[in-house]
Amino acid sequence: MIQASTLAPRVDGIFWMLTGLSVAIMLLVGLLILIFSFRYRRGSKAKRGPVPEKLSGEIEIGWTVATLFVFVFVFWFAAALDTEQFEIPKDAMEIHVVAKQWMWKLEHPNGAREINALHVPVGVPVKLVMTSQDVIHSFFVPAFRTKQDVLPGRYVQAWFQASKVGTYHLFCTEYCGTDHSRMIGGIIVQSPADYARWSSGQPQGDSLADQGAGLFVAMGCTGCHGGSAVVRAPSLAGLYGRAVPVGDGRFVTADEGYLRDSILLPQKDIVAGYAPVMPSYQGVASEDDVVKLVAYLKSGKVK
Amino acid sequence: MGDAPEAGLLGREPGERNYLTAGTTVRSWLLTTDHKRIALLYAAGITFFFFLGGAAATLMRAELVTPAGDLLTADEYNRTFTLHGVIMVWFFLVPSIPTTLGNFLLPLMIGANEVAYPKLNLFSWYLWLAGGLLTLFALLAGGVDTGWTFYTPFSTLYSNSHVLLAAAGVFVAGFSSIATGINFIATLHLLRARGMTWMRLPLFAWAMYATSLVMVLATPVLAMALLLLFAERAFGLPIFDPRAGGDPVLFQHLFWFYSHPAVYIMILPAMGVVSEVIACEARRRVFGYEFMVYAMLMIAIIGFMVWGHHMFISGQSPFASLVFSALSFVIAVPSAIKVFNWTGTLYRGQIRFSTPMLYALGFVGLFTLGGLTGLFLASLPLDVHLTDTYFVTAHFHYIMVGGSVSAFFAGLHFWWPKITGRLYSETLGRFAAVSMFFGFNFTFFPQFVLGYLGMPRRYHEYPPEFQAWHVMSSTGAVVLAFAYLWPLCYLGWSLVKGERASDNPHDATGLEWQTRSPPPTDNFAEPPIVTGPPYRYHEEGYAPHAPAAADEPQRP
Ligand code: HEM
Ligand SMILES: [Cu+2]
Repeated sequence: MIQASTLAPRVDGIFWMLTGLSVAIMLLVGLLILIFSFRYRRGSKAKRGPVPEKLSGEIEIGWTVATLFVFVFVFWFAAALDTEQFEIPKDAMEIHVVAKQWMWKLEHPNGAREINALHVPVGVPVKLVMTSQDVIHSFFVPAFRTKQDVLPGRYVQAWFQASKVGTYHLFCTEYCGTDHSRMIGGIIVQSPADYARWSSGQPQGDSLADQGAGLFVAMGCTGCHGGSAVVRAPSLAGLYGRAVPVGDGRFVTADEGYLRDSILLPQKDIVAGYAPVMPSYQGVASEDDVVKLVAYLKSGKVK
Repeated sequence: MGDAPEAGLLGREPGERNYLTAGTTVRSWLLTTDHKRIALLYAAGITFFFFLGGAAATLMRAELVTPAGDLLTADEYNRTFTLHGVIMVWFFLVPSIPTTLGNFLLPLMIGANEVAYPKLNLFSWYLWLAGGLLTLFALLAGGVDTGWTFYTPFSTLYSNSHVLLAAAGVFVAGFSSIATGINFIATLHLLRARGMTWMRLPLFAWAMYATSLVMVLATPVLAMALLLLFAERAFGLPIFDPRAGGDPVLFQHLFWFYSHPAVYIMILPAMGVVSEVIACEARRRVFGYEFMVYAMLMIAIIGFMVWGHHMFISGQSPFASLVFSALSFVIAVPSAIKVFNWTGTLYRGQIRFSTPMLYALGFVGLFTLGGLTGLFLASLPLDVHLTDTYFVTAHFHYIMVGGSVSAFFAGLHFWWPKITGRLYSETLGRFAAVSMFFGFNFTFFPQFVLGYLGMPRRYHEYPPEFQAWHVMSSTGAVVLAFAYLWPLCYLGWSLVKGERASDNPHDATGLEWQTRSPPPTDNFAEPPIVTGPPYRYHEEGYAPHAPAAADEPQRP
């Protein structure tokens, strides 16, 4: 099975370790059953008689402790790899993914868009910021051993670093309705040079953040959040990543999810000291618009 | 009226009274409160649903022979696998062993004349039937395309199929499950014969106890989840709808809080059956009886704490995932203990390879492999790759179908002479057991490979490179289908022409063998008294429970 990401060989390591363990246990149990079946078949001359009480107690405790020990070891081994993968590299290239019945819409940082295909350079960590427009989908690239459910109303993240040039399957693997099995695409991993060539050949469009800046004005956000109007609403400059005080003394980190919620569900967390006057953009801003607005707010271009 | 003058279809001797000949009218069956007759009512319904679900499986496997969706449309395929899943889980697997073998045997095994609440028992059959018919109606009136998991927000906001009807059916059937659980718990607490202490209970009775606890405690959560689904879909209450601030994943938590323990509703009874069969056919006391009891109770309890392992990639907190992963490894320990103890029971035995024994040994193999692949899915980074692929499909079929259904067949054959008073052909039976084992592996092992290669589940079309494995799986399914149909023939034959069974044809020690075959309506002429632990097989010239309850000398 092809291993096309930095993670793949490590996941396969656990896979084959567990396969080895399973084969060993299957052999042990299977052979014991076969041997006993033959030796102690009815009518054979094998010696019978009871197993001493004491001995059988020791056997019980022995194999209970042994299995517990082995399982704890496997857990620890697997969990260690998992926790290592928590941190998404800071320099990762950020791709926005919007899933909908039944297609994948992907957007590059420079505004290039693709449907059901994603070009990425080899050897570069790629961070996926994903959301769904309708039901739950799941972004699955078997060759990378990467999978993440994509939820409506929320941003979820995943990341990978491709290690081999080639084209790989992208599947939706959370059942999502009629054409679930057609919600597939390809991940095209290219050498950095090829990627640069591909990327420059794309209708560039504005970057996500620039498009977001346009929306920020067009949708009337500046009316309250603009430089001169900060009395009614907090300034958004430098907001991304900060801890924001909300209401009852809590602090919320202004990550993508918070920004998104603030646009669509503004009543959820009101910044301390402000009245809950912001209208919801639910139904006004499309999923794509929200992605752009969030990109703008993250960009450092906000004044 | 009711006494058959001649030896009836099932009667033991002309004019003899047993629970089958006690009344022959339809009314006498539909209004019966005899736990043995109710068991047969369930058996009839369950057989029907099993073959209905099987027909859907056949259709799916036929579709998947080619990569293109050429046999069914996408919607038809989705409705077919939903029908298959819903029927198999709620109307076959969950009730299968408890309502048939459990209903029939539990009172007999503990020396009681009835379950604690006979009328509730009958009522729960009607509930189950009503739920089944409701769901069946939904499935036939156009079908449901949500999968048996009913995940939101697809099921509440997007699916345009008969979700509400199907969910209502499952909801109603859930109450039947709760009623059965309550009935069994009460029966075990109140009606044990004199001398039948808890540590003298047969393991099958313990299995029913553990299963009932899970049924009573987990099923209400399913009912709640379905009610919330109902509220959102029918009345638009924003519960799972993210646009209104709802949480689409909440449903998964509620659903798996029931459905994970529910897989133990399916497997604990199987463990009980297999323990009885192996002990008797190896003629040994079950190795580590006490450990077996505690292992079952541990499984029932820890089973409530691992639901989150179905949601490792759903965006739940990574810390929660770690805890659920750890607990999932812990629950594998009691399962492993059981496998070792069944193996240990064979040691120094007098093993007879009868039909039930072959099914039971097959169970041990399939359950072990199913359980080991569970460790793959409990390992976080591996689960990320394998979940929602055919690896999962293979894993749960190994446990639920390879395990639970094999054990059901083991039990059916083992107690067949007691239930019907007839013997079946051992040769044909052994042949069926062996073909089921091979057919099963042939069908489902390729699916592990498919899953590892990345084939997602619930796909109606797929990339051509997966085809070879699908063809293998579909070929195996033909063998398996044959192995499931075959017993219908020879067991049916046995009903009509089978040799009469003696009261204790396996020379087994359980109390159920101390009464006639088939048992009289009130089970025991005199209440039995229990004087020792179960499974006294290898004690030289063991004394069966005294006094023998039946009133005539009976060994052939
Ligand atoms: C000849 C025997 C069988 C075959 C060939 C078969 C085949 C299949 C297939 C192809 C799927 C769909 C996998 C997917 O796309 O997700 C499936 C799902 C399932 N099967 Fe079976 N099956 C068989 C027997 C059974 C039995 C006996 C049971 C239960 C007693 C069962 C329970 C299930 C369940 C619960 C699902 C999940 C449905 C879902 O994904 O919504 N199967 N089976
Ligand atoms: Cu999808």
